[in-house]
Amino acid sequence: MSKHTLSVLVENKPGVLARVAGLFSRRGFNIDSLAVGETEHPEVSRITVVVNADEQPLEQVTKQLNKLVNVLKIVELEASTAVQRELLLVKVRADRPVRSQVLETVELFRAKVVDVAPDALTIEATGTAEKLDALLRDLEPYGIKEMVQSGLVAIGRGSRSITANPALRLAA
Amino acid sequence: MTRPSPESLAQRAAAQRSAPPAATSAQSAPVAATGAQSLVKSLEALGVEVVFGIPGGAILPAYDPLFDSKLRHILVRHEQGGGHAATGYAQATGKVGVCMATSGPGATNLVTPIADAYMDSVPLVAITGQVARPAIGTDAFQEADIQGITLPITKHNFLVQSAEDLPRVLAEAFHLAATGRPGPVLVDIPKDVLQAQTTFSWPPTLDLPGYRPTLHPHGKQIREAARLIMAARRPVLYVGGGVLKAQATDALRELAELTGIPVVTTLMARGAFPDSHAQHVGMPGMHGTVSAVYALQRSDLLITLGARFDDRVTGKLDSFAPDAQVIHADIDPAEIGKNRHADVPIVGDVKHVIEELITALKAESHPAREEWWAQLNDLRTRYPLGWEEPEDGTLAPQYVIKRLGEIAGPDAVYVAGVGQHQMWASQFISYEKPATWLNSGGLGTMGYAVPAAMGAKVARPDAVVWAIDGDGCFQMTNQELATCALEGIPIKVAVINNGNLGMVRQWQTLFYNERYSNTDLGTHKHRIPDFVKLAEALGCIGMRCESAEDVDKTIEAAMAINDAPVVIDFVVGKDAMVWPMVAAGTSNDEIMFARGVRPTFDEDDL
Repeated sequence: MSKHTLSVLVENKPGVLARVAGLFSRRGFNIDSLAVGETEHPEVSRITVVVNADEQPLEQVTKQLNKLVNVLKIVELEASTAVQRELLLVKVRADRPVRSQVLETVELFRAKVVDVAPDALTIEATGTAEKLDALLRDLEPYGIKEMVQSGLVAIGRGSRSITANPALRLAA
Repeated sequence: MTRPSPESLAQRAAAQRSAPPAATSAQSAPVAATGAQSLVKSLEALGVEVVFGIPGGAILPAYDPLFDSKLRHILVRHEQGGGHAATGYAQATGKVGVCMATSGPGATNLVTPIADAYMDSVPLVAITGQVARPAIGTDAFQEADIQGITLPITKHNFLVQSAEDLPRVLAEAFHLAATGRPGPVLVDIPKDVLQAQTTFSWPPTLDLPGYRPTLHPHGKQIREAARLIMAARRPVLYVGGGVLKAQATDALRELAELTGIPVVTTLMARGAFPDSHAQHVGMPGMHGTVSAVYALQRSDLLITLGARFDDRVTGKLDSFAPDAQVIHADIDPAEIGKNRHADVPIVGDVKHVIEELITALKAESHPAREEWWAQLNDLRTRYPLGWEEPEDGTLAPQYVIKRLGEIAGPDAVYVAGVGQHQMWASQFISYEKPATWLNSGGLGTMGYAVPAAMGAKVARPDAVVWAIDGDGCFQMTNQELATCALEGIPIKVAVINNGNLGMVRQWQTLFYNERYSNTDLGTHKHRIPDFVKLAEALGCIGMRCESAEDVDKTIEAAMAINDAPVVIDFVVGKDAMVWPMVAAGTSNDEIMFARGVRPTFDEDDL
């Protein structure tokens, strides 16, 4: 099994996320990560799904997704030809003696401090899953009080656009 | 609304890109209307003739304009019956069947027929009332999230948010139900939307940017398929229900006769190719004929037309047709490669696919494939369908069904429930024409027969419609006989009454050491219910037949009655079994011709 990132363009209507998510669970797939947002066309939303699956079942679930009436287009984004990012917010114990060391780690990872408390810092970082894992490993010794991670979002490299109109509406 | 031809669909799909028109019917200028009036006017504009339904609180506003409409509403006794009736109507005609129910329990009672229609790709539109918009999500009286409940069992569903949307949503629902791979579509309408003031105008503009069924097959795939067909030594036309849905039976016959290739028709495709045709080698599958099962097993090329490699056909999948290459044509791309790899995948309307194959193959000179036919003919001769007369002197259910088919003939419509009687009805009645065999194939819904027969009879009032039901199935939905009696729908019902849940009992005989746990229904032992009295209580004519010599005259007596529904209680033996049989989870190669009897084959042929 391997990880696959699917960009699913859907009509921006109520209940569409439930249709997509329900289809994955119904066909026996676990979703590793899910991110949803509007695109540059307000009537179109983009769902980025990361699934762990073999090639053949993945093809089947993609075809089933395509059958959903509200699904407009599905593109698999390969890690090598797409920019993939996740967002991490993490609250780290950082009282006086270690604060400068924590800040040094933040610096190294080009992360940001977005909130400060006497004994803790909240750090924001974006990057690939690998980078965020590495950051977390380095912060762990200080004590992670709380963390939250977004789903992965991805966009293909180069000038081509998968949401280009009128292709969206007319794509056969 | 008849099923549109592939051409008109293609035109519609092309037109949809610019200015999508709604289905049929004349234009109408905007007029003031309530949501309920808009609903009924939309149904009229869509060409709906019949709605099967039951009113209730949330759907009540719709029933007021329905009272004045030319639409025929048939008041059923249970929503499940309404759903199956709409399915029977659709299967008998190819038109979209329509059923209607109120919110909550009315809607949840439609779940079974909707799931049934989904599995068998039946064009169905289910209209449900919903609690008023402000009450949605409050656990209001008779509230059920029917849109959420039916997500996995509908082709698509709608919760109508505004009365203005009604004409468009209904036109979209009918378009989705009838085109591409047909299926059920649910339209849930809140009560306050039905009560709201709006304007009605027709036709609406469809807005389905994500829906584009592929109708025309790819020329390259057709050429590749034709090449494989010409090269094949043991090809088989593996024909599924899609051929009936696409109304491609004439084209199929032309292709079969052009190429001389043997044809098997699945349970959903019975009638797609005449049983009497010399090239028909039977139904494949768990209870298929030896010749059909082995035709698939030994084939070197499956020409799969609108079939889906269902587990009841393939048996153990990894030993199914081990030497065959596969051409798989289906309108649903997701079916291709789902269960079996396709060497030549063809996405398209199967009527187009067959017609283009004919064009590609017309100029060729086709081999006689004498060796292949000799093998299949040998199997047909040595292993014909049949049965042994019961040793206890009871009436053989197979005999009853065979005589029924012979007396009612190939123009009658036969509608089966689910179980042994269904399998016997698929085996011992000769189907010569499309839409003469209706059954619940995918979901296997006991209780399907009586209401589906009712729907079929409404659709085709001039046809003789026989429900062939079991005593178990019959007790699930027979209340619709009251509907039939009151609405003037004279169906005929043959209850194959073996006093048991027969198919389950058969498995207990074969796989559970004859431990008959909870399969005796008492319909023999106690004659509860007495089906003759029950029929009479429901306004039907009841008859009983308990011996072989009475079978013909009882059937003929029922055939002579055309002004009332008839129920015949055929009291048959409980030990009869359905053969041949491929036990669940085993390979088709393990097919048993009868209990303890495996067919013998010339091993050199394998």
